[in-house]
Amino acid sequence: MAQRYVMAIDQGTTSTRCILFDQSARLVSVVQREHRQYHPRPGWVEQDAVEIWRNVDRILPQTLRDGGVGADQVVALGITNQRETAVVWDRNTGVPVGRAIVWEDIRTEELVGELTARPDSAGIRDRCGLPLATYFSAPKLKWLLDNTPGLRERAARGELLFGTIDTWLIWNLTGGVSGGLHVTDVTNASRTMLMNITTQAWDDELLSFFDIPASMLPEIRASTEIHGKTTRVVPGITIAAALGDQHAALFGQTCFAKGETKCTYGTGSFLLMNTGDTLVKSEHGLLTTIGYQLGGEPATYALEGSIAVTGSLVQWFRDKLGLIQSAPEIETLARTVTDNGGCYIVPAFSGLFAPHWHSEARGIIVGLTSYISKGHLARAVLEATAWQTREVVDAMAAELGVSSKALKVDGGMTADHLLMQTIADVLDVPVLRPMVAETVSLGAAYAAGLAVGYWPDLEGLRRNWHLAARWTPQWNADDRDAEYANWKRAVELTFGWAKPRRPRGR
Amino acid sequence: MPGPIQSIERAAAMLRLLARGSGQYGLAEIAASLGLPKGTAHGILRTLQRVEFVEQDQESGRYRLGAALLHLGTSYLDANELRSRSLNWADALAARSGQEVRIGVHHDGAVLVVHHVFRPDDTMQTLGVGAMLPLHATAFGKVLLAYDASLSRDRELTSLTRRTIVSPQALERVLTQVRASGWASEAEECMPGEASIAAPIRAFGGLVVGAIGVSGAVDRICDPASRPKPSLVSQVASAAEAVSRALTD
Ligand SMILES: Nc1ncnc2c1ncn2[C@@H]1O[C@H](COP(=O)(O)OP(=O)(O)OP(=O)(O)O)[C@@H](O)[C@H]1O
Ligand SMILES: [Mg+2]
Repeated sequence: MAQRYVMAIDQGTTSTRCILFDQSARLVSVVQREHRQYHPRPGWVEQDAVEIWRNVDRILPQTLRDGGVGADQVVALGITNQRETAVVWDRNTGVPVGRAIVWEDIRTEELVGELTARPDSAGIRDRCGLPLATYFSAPKLKWLLDNTPGLRERAARGELLFGTIDTWLIWNLTGGVSGGLHVTDVTNASRTMLMNITTQAWDDELLSFFDIPASMLPEIRASTEIHGKTTRVVPGITIAAALGDQHAALFGQTCFAKGETKCTYGTGSFLLMNTGDTLVKSEHGLLTTIGYQLGGEPATYALEGSIAVTGSLVQWFRDKLGLIQSAPEIETLARTVTDNGGCYIVPAFSGLFAPHWHSEARGIIVGLTSYISKGHLARAVLEATAWQTREVVDAMAAELGVSSKALKVDGGMTADHLLMQTIADVLDVPVLRPMVAETVSLGAAYAAGLAVGYWPDLEGLRRNWHLAARWTPQWNADDRDAEYANWKRAVELTFGWAKPRRPRGR
Repeated sequence: MPGPIQSIERAAAMLRLLARGSGQYGLAEIAASLGLPKGTAHGILRTLQRVEFVEQDQESGRYRLGAALLHLGTSYLDANELRSRSLNWADALAARSGQEVRIGVHHDGAVLVVHHVFRPDDTMQTLGVGAMLPLHATAFGKVLLAYDASLSRDRELTSLTRRTIVSPQALERVLTQVRASGWASEAEECMPGEASIAAPIRAFGGLVVGAIGVSGAVDRICDPASRPKPSLVSQVASAAEAVSRALTD
């Protein structure tokens, strides 16, 4: 019998990847395509959902061609995606009503302020597990409905569909206007602020708090579930899983047991810990989220420390400052000096996420003297990722009263050895990279493969996890503590920077 | 002898034009200056852009000389970028071969290890990134020597084991073989009990920018007759091709 494979689509913030894996979890082919980021105003981040769909349409067949694999050899497709990013489209034409509002976008800052001030906002966090913040989908969706003329009326007439990117892709892959499925998975739904984290159903009180019509919302399904077959792009492939990228990475790192943790370093970075069947309500600025849900089983919970800006700081350094030509050159530049020279960069571009949740914070470069060179700035860029990791790792430890003995990492930034060493140094624990850096895709593939029986069980998947690299801490405690104290002071300087805009006409 | 190649002459003229004056030209201006149809000019510009000799301004769409031209003398591909862009395929090679994988580039008369993936058996291993290996006694080094004549000229061939190739003529014969087969190997020429297999990573136009390969105990890498295992050779060669493709898409 011909070899069989599992396919994953990883629809990320900056690019979309399609990857084929074999039964030993080895990568067979990969095709990647970037899409445009729109920044129409300070703090606004938009993407064109149609461009993303077109990219999927191109890379999926090319991945099959590159791997010399026929569609009939693909036993299942798993979809994973940037989370929270909100798309609204017309169910009859398939055309989005505007550009997607991306998770990093902070246009809803004032709206969130107003919502927080409402007396009925008190119970929100308990219901959905999330603090009121610009990050999540519901404020974005509400903003769209409130600010796009005619949209509420169209929504009321049932003409519009809402979705995160998983929903948008599945709807399109399964037929679009001709019978496309309008579904999402429980992990993606857990990021909207509209799902009740305990019952894992859309919550009427949350819907009415944000004033969102239920008719727009997709059906919530398990993460591994046979949704149906593709009818477009390459017809006949079984869509067998969907889950948010960070949840997929947790799965790909085989963090199946309570207490197992990973951190994924991409555009932003996200530390997730499996908390099993326990719904932990954080007191230390972490999010309660769904880790994953296998079809027919109860959901597995997770705690999350979300860092908004890590890889995107490197991209800013490249694109906006022009100090490097490519992201990996940040390491080359940083190695031209031996330390940060006293300089710190706190990239509060979207406010600060975990564990601070200061949406009014804005980025800062501090400690400048005439001594500082671009090499020091490059170091400060990488150290910003390391210290932000330390903050969420500390929050996790405070939450659970135990600290972990090592950190499992994945994502594009793990190619940066100086960064990985610095993370080991600031955490004072070894940093471990598994053999598949594309862990997000691997997790989606695992979920899909499990759903169709390509892989029998979770334990079998664990045996595919192999250590590819290991960085051990080298700093002494005094240096570490002194640097951490400096970092914390720098973070405090970012708080309270953005003032509410003054009303127009004054 | 073949005559001059027109498109190279035109490309050279474009670079000279872009080096002049304001250094920013639109497509129509370039085509008009050189008396070329727009389509022809565009094709050449696109190719120059691909090899990074020309850049196009995102907003205005105008062309200018690329930063790569200014750094022609220094290393063309940043070592950290090479690692980033080969990450997926180096991992896949380690997973497939069951061996540890390295990527090496030439630096200062030696092989600089810029990437290292552990052998996937979860034994205790240490990252070897940053290590320097001898050019003439490792498969990685032989690949780099084979595709850059300037490196092997007047090189002193230090003996490291009793199998190290120390005669320039013998090394030249081996390098000829490497060029013919597209891969290199070595058994106990660098360290007793150790062997390696490597193949070239190529950028645009076939330029060799590094070597990727596997290494380890002789009995893992070679058959009982001390010849590299054919299955490993083909895995290394396809990984090298995959990385080269990733660098040139
Ligand atoms: N060697 C490197 N050093 C530092 N940063 C790097 C390096 N290589 C890539 N990056 C950064 O990592 C990010 C790319 O990683 P990855 O491909 O995992 O992200 P992504 O999947 O695009 O993120 P997302 O899923 O959020 O879109 C980019 O932001 C880039 O700036
Ligand atoms: Mg990603």
